[in-house]
Amino acid sequence: MKARVIVTLKNGVLDPQGKAIEGALASLGVAGVGGVRQGKVFDIELEGSDRALAEERLRAACEKLLANTVIENFQIEIASP
Amino acid sequence: MRAAVIVFPGSNREGDMARALARATGHEPAMVWHSQTELPAGTDLVVLPGGFSYGDYLRCGAIAGRAAIMDAVRAHAARGGLTLGVCNGFQILCEGGLLPGVLMRNANLRFVCRMQHLRVERADTAFTSHYRQGQTIEVAIAHGEGNYEADDETIARLEGEGLVAFRYCDSLGRVGGEANPNGSRNDIAGIFSERRNVLGLMPHPENLIDPLVGGIDGRGLFESLAAA
Repeated sequence: MKARVIVTLKNGVLDPQGKAIEGALASLGVAGVGGVRQGKVFDIELEGSDRALAEERLRAACEKLLANTVIENFQIEIASP
Repeated sequence: MRAAVIVFPGSNREGDMARALARATGHEPAMVWHSQTELPAGTDLVVLPGGFSYGDYLRCGAIAGRAAIMDAVRAHAARGGLTLGVCNGFQILCEGGLLPGVLMRNANLRFVCRMQHLRVERADTAFTSHYRQGQTIEVAIAHGEGNYEADDETIARLEGEGLVAFRYCDSLGRVGGEANPNGSRNDIAGIFSERRNVLGLMPHPENLIDPLVGGIDGRGLFESLAAA
C-alpha cells in the first residue's frame, strides 16, 4: 500500500525559506505569486492492506518523528488500491 | 563531578567539550555512543555536544532526539540530574522533549559563524554560579538553525519563571536589533528547564576556555558545573 504524508508549517510560524523562494520566483519573472510556504512530502510504502491500521501507523510515525507538532501540521493520504 | 558526553553519528564538538569538562572537573568525561541504553554509573552531568547529528536530516536534532540513549538521558533529567546541550545538543534537547520550543532556520537564512556577546540572565543556577547576573560574556556561535521559536504561552512562561539563561546582546549588554544573530524570539540564546537542571544554548562556551584561541569567557559555565 502506498501512502503520502505531507508536513507543513502551522499558520503564523515564520518561514524564511518560503519567503526566499517567493523572492526568487519574483526575480525570475513568475508573476502573481502571493506567497510561498515550504513543506515536506514523504512517500511511504506500507505492508498489508488494512487502511485503518495503515492510518494508525502513519499517525504514530508523524507524531513520533515526521512532524514537530510544535510548529508543523501533518496530513496523511493513503492511495486507493 | 562525573560527566558523560553523548556521541551521535555526525557530532563534531565532542572533543572540545571533553577538553573543557576535563579541565574544569579534573576528570575525563565518559564518551557514550548513542546506541547505548544506559549512562555510566555515577554520572552527574550529561552533555549533548554540537555538530550535525544524522546530517541534520529531517529536522536538526530530530533523529538524535529519539536515539536509544535518550530514554536514559530523559530519566537522568527527570531525576534532577544536570543535563547540558550545546548547539546541536540544544536542538536535540528540544526535539527530544527535554526543553520546550524549537530552533528554526536563522531568519536571514545564513549560517552564522562569529564571536557573539551574551548576557547572563541569572547566576543562581548550577550552570552559571561562576558568572554574575547581568554579566556580558563573549563566546563563539556557529549555526544555521538557531532561531528559537515557541508559542506565546511558552515564551510567557519562560520569561515569567526566569527560565531564560542567556540572551544575545552587544558588547555593552544591550539586547535587540543587530545584536540578535538569528531572529530568536526575545533574543533567547539559551533556556533552562523548569527545575533549572537542564540547560540548552546555541553558543559554544566550550570553545572559549583558552586565551590562545580567543578568550576564556566560556570557563565560567564549566567551573560552575564542576562546583555544583
